[in-house]
Amino acid sequence: MGKAESINIIVEYCKGCEICVELCPTKVLDMKDFKAHVADLDKCIACMQCELRCPDFAIEVYKKG
Amino acid sequence: MAYDYSKYLRAGKIPHIWCPGCGYGIIMKSLIRAIDATGIDKDDIVLTSGIGCASRLPGYMDFNTLHTTHGRSLAFATGVKVANPKLKVIALGGDGDMTAIGGNHFIHACRRNIDITCFVFNNYIYGMTGGQYSPTTPKNSKATTAPYGNADNQFDIAQLAIGAGATFVARTTTYHAVPMEKLIKQALDHKGFSVVEIMAGCPTGYGRKNKQGSPANMILWQKENAVPANKAKEMSEEEMAGKFAIGVLHEVQKAEYVEAYDAQVGLK
Repeated sequence: MGKAESINIIVEYCKGCEICVELCPTKVLDMKDFKAHVADLDKCIACMQCELRCPDFAIEVYKKG
Repeated sequence: MAYDYSKYLRAGKIPHIWCPGCGYGIIMKSLIRAIDATGIDKDDIVLTSGIGCASRLPGYMDFNTLHTTHGRSLAFATGVKVANPKLKVIALGGDGDMTAIGGNHFIHACRRNIDITCFVFNNYIYGMTGGQYSPTTPKNSKATTAPYGNADNQFDIAQLAIGAGATFVARTTTYHAVPMEKLIKQALDHKGFSVVEIMAGCPTGYGRKNKQGSPANMILWQKENAVPANKAKEMSEEEMAGKFAIGVLHEVQKAEYVEAYDAQVGLK
């Protein structure tokens, strides 16, 4: 089971640079219509790397608990 | 819980102007978290900038901000600090803005040791004007004005600041987003002139011309070539070729300019 309650992608802010997709250690994210997209939330370990390195304020990771 | 940046951002200004994959957004987020950690009231903070991609940053931030002429970020910051020393003054700019057009202001602000925190965003290129080579562009790298490769030697901003007399000098990268936040906080807490050189990728202006791959690849390049400061001290020049030291590179205590000036003219 994943450690994140939810991952919110703000599609209007996302510029599709794919930093989050490539740097995610567990491959939670992929691209859909040139924007970041949550493919498999259960794999998320809530390391926050995608949120920290998103230059566009487009990712919010909500941890469980 | 996701971090709420909105307290420090001007409403309706995001998405910002920077290109997809530009590291400056990552720096802006670390800067916000670091300022939040210092607990300084946002009305007591002044952010100044010159011209360039990096200098667009204050426009998004809800502090007292000054977007000034090219290279003059530190000149305006010095004026603000001398007029009202109670304010926390932060001056920022890109590599070209701070070390070429504003190079003179930079070395003399270092020399004076005025209590300003200076962030130099180093992406190796003049991004906004179309990818011309800057003083920090590595030798042999390509730029729109160096199609056969850059013949110039590269400026080392941190060494320049140390040589000119800055009392706190550090370097970090966008890969190290969390350590960057801590370094920025350390620089903000330091009394005197502090410089933090922040390495950031410019996928549009620099990466594309020099075949550095995706924005994520440029961030991983920083991870591979960054050497912690204490380890870098033990390495030879050959071992450090193409690499750079990160962390606190220099920290000393010296008389601060505004206080020294007041004492000199008998105000204190």
